Amino acid sequence: MTEPLLRLDNVKATLRRRRSEQVLLNGVSFEIGQGEALGLVGESGSGKSLTTRAVTRMLDPAFRVDGSITFDGASVLGMNASALRKYRQKDVGMIFQDPRAHVNPVHSVGDFLTEALVRDRGVDQREAERRAVALLDEVGVRNPEARLRQYPHELSGGLLQRVMIASVLLAEPRLILADEPTTALDVTAQSDVMAILDEQRKARGLSLLFITHDLELAAACCDRLAVMYAGEIVEQGAHVYDTPTHPYTVELLGARPDIDAKAERLPVLTYNREIHERLKAEAMA
Amino acid sequence: MSTTDEPIIVAKNLRKVFRAPRGAKWDPIIAVDDVSFELYPDECLAIVGESGSGKTTVARMLVGLETVTDGSLTVRGESRAKGVKHLADRRRWAREVQYVFQDPYSSLNGRQRIVDIIAASVALHDTAKGTTPKAAAQGILDSVGLGERFWTKFPHQLSGGQRQRVAIARALAADPGVIVLDEAVAALDVSIQAQILNLLADIKAERKVSYLFISHDLAVVNQISDRMIVMEQGKVVDQGVTSEILANPVQPYTRALRAAVPRAGWKPVRRERLAV
Amino acid sequence: MSEQAVTEQASSAQTQAPAVAVKSDGEHREPVLRRILDRLGVVGVIASVVLTVIVIAAVFAPVLAPYDPNFPDLMGALAGPSADHLLGADALGRDILSRLMFGAQVTLAGPGLVILLSTIVGTVLALVGAWCGGRVDAVIIWVLDILFAVPGIVFGLIAVAIWGPSLFTVVGGLAVAYIPYVARVVRGAALRERNLPYVSAAWLQGHSGFGITTTQILRNVQPIVIAQAVSSLGFAVIDLAAVSFLGLGVQPPTADLGLMVKSGFDSTLRGYPNEAIASGCLIVLIVWCVTVIGDRLISNARSV
Repeated sequence: MTEPLLRLDNVKATLRRRRSEQVLLNGVSFEIGQGEALGLVGESGSGKSLTTRAVTRMLDPAFRVDGSITFDGASVLGMNASALRKYRQKDVGMIFQDPRAHVNPVHSVGDFLTEALVRDRGVDQREAERRAVALLDEVGVRNPEARLRQYPHELSGGLLQRVMIASVLLAEPRLILADEPTTALDVTAQSDVMAILDEQRKARGLSLLFITHDLELAAACCDRLAVMYAGEIVEQGAHVYDTPTHPYTVELLGARPDIDAKAERLPVLTYNREIHERLKAEAMA
Repeated sequence: MSTTDEPIIVAKNLRKVFRAPRGAKWDPIIAVDDVSFELYPDECLAIVGESGSGKTTVARMLVGLETVTDGSLTVRGESRAKGVKHLADRRRWAREVQYVFQDPYSSLNGRQRIVDIIAASVALHDTAKGTTPKAAAQGILDSVGLGERFWTKFPHQLSGGQRQRVAIARALAADPGVIVLDEAVAALDVSIQAQILNLLADIKAERKVSYLFISHDLAVVNQISDRMIVMEQGKVVDQGVTSEILANPVQPYTRALRAAVPRAGWKPVRRERLAV
Repeated sequence: MSEQAVTEQASSAQTQAPAVAVKSDGEHREPVLRRILDRLGVVGVIASVVLTVIVIAAVFAPVLAPYDPNFPDLMGALAGPSADHLLGADALGRDILSRLMFGAQVTLAGPGLVILLSTIVGTVLALVGAWCGGRVDAVIIWVLDILFAVPGIVFGLIAVAIWGPSLFTVVGGLAVAYIPYVARVVRGAALRERNLPYVSAAWLQGHSGFGITTTQILRNVQPIVIAQAVSSLGFAVIDLAAVSFLGLGVQPPTADLGLMVKSGFDSTLRGYPNEAIASGCLIVLIVWCVTVIGDRLISNARSV
């Protein structure tokens, strides 16, 4: 197999405080190949969002990051300012949970989409707009020309998330980081947005790191899953959804209500830090 | 659920139109259009729909956070269509219908200890029954799974699930007949969601309280509700017994909603193709 | 990402179910003093220490002052600094250091009273406006706007014109002038709070508007009220000193920093700038201290 596009090797993130240190990522390792999608699944506080921040080096300076993160053979942690800027602009595209917080409300959708192209890539305005329109059309936005003149507050959450996807695709990145992109959306909009993301990603052969708390959703859209607990990956691979082996994954899968069968009582997670530490110790022995 | 009882809540041809305030230029928005339903004692009725379907507006009208434009809305025979004027009315209404918000972060006052939040409600509604409001509050917190070590904490020291338990405890403090749960588990982690759904089921079994459960998540609705109504753009497009509707959805919109829920073997579908 | 976001991130990691490296909630038990020091920063701490020294010197002036501030020693008039008179003596031979210490009493208490009165009235108006909304709010805004349009010192002068020159008339006039500064900021904060679900939740519980405003909203805007009050204090010091300088506030022979600048100004023309420099510097120092402290408190109150 060829060199993976993104590789995290034993990444550790430590938050340094005045008198204490807190390890929030503890030895995270995974690889994402060219054109491959990895679903990073975990609950709040498991460290999945910190992982994406580490990948883009957007962690607060109060964190110390150890281990290695390599993108296409280059060490992300070792990049200088200009290499880092290029990496963030051209190589990775980010889609966030709350698109509204990541667009400038006084810029029109058109400005938002074309700005980076015109400024960083030297594409002329008309060409940039043409590309934006074509892409909006591809991601299922009706009347794309009219949308360019609209402002973010005039669009629904689902529509705005499609615009975000279009803006990421316009930059032609090689890796998309999607951090809970559908958590704030209704189920129908979620299905819609994920379908678009999936189909565009496959058509362009892009890699995807998909952060979510929803195992089912991740399983439907990704080639492999990695399940995080307490800053560690407890289990990863293509088998995770169908044949989970780690007790935490098993319990997490069971806790979600099933639309096809009403449970008398939902199983509650019994997995906790104590069991986690014991399992780790046993695995070591 | 026994439908032979008198319904607690009766909504008939409920309508809500938001009009632009003077000076603003936008067309009136018909948020709720001709919605009718009943809520019986000891049942859970789910209102399902996407954002903008008007489901939250229905709930807000029920507790007096919005006025009713047209139609009738009664709780135990008393009309709520006119809105509240007097403090005494508001207190009486609060004892009948309580409300749990979606966001457990902003719906609790960050500067009050949680036991004080609950005790204030107990004192207000005089539900202590022989003990002090504080002792009663501690009992209620215990019953929602928040033991002694949580009592003196502030909301920001708790996780989302624990905060939502506090919000539920606050609702219980008024000893209401109905609790409106407005997307109350939507913002929670899967494992926490399961705990809260179980807790809600326990409370319902113990106190015979009715729920009006507002949600967009059919898997959750299937787990908790007895009956459901489906709303689309302010109108009711489907209603009936939850298990029957979900086992065999007939209405196209209900089918679309059901098809969008991730499950084993599921693939996301684009909306244009979804409705078919 | 700001410092706050980090602690937010960390504390959410700490409280949420599968938290990492859970340590006891020691973070929340940090001593109050430590938190206050963190808020103030180095400059803020210096300002606080300086202000504390000034306040102590003023409060205990009767004990600490080397001389009676009003005792004239015409032989030693306009004397320069010496072992007897550390800062020299004024045109009537009164010890400048002693007069500064007594003068600071008035210069601190007067503006303090101005801010206390205006903060109480302003906060009440703001909360009433924010809670009632509609016409009540509109009338309150209208009144505030009118007050806002008139410079504070003019109110002081109007009060003097009506009730004659004295410290209390000036304080009363300035207090009215300072109401809108407090009221506007507090009203904005209270409106923000009012729209949060916890206020709706309290309303739905059946709490009265008065109860919600006093026990919930006021509690949450209180840091902003305090910060605004402290930072307005600096302006009040200057305004009050200016009125005294014009001879319309505190009446001689009572020591007051504004008055001392005025009398020192006359001596300066005769070639003895001691008194003017000393009293002027003290005013500047007081203003600097309260402004710095107020600033730190405001930036922290906003980020809460």
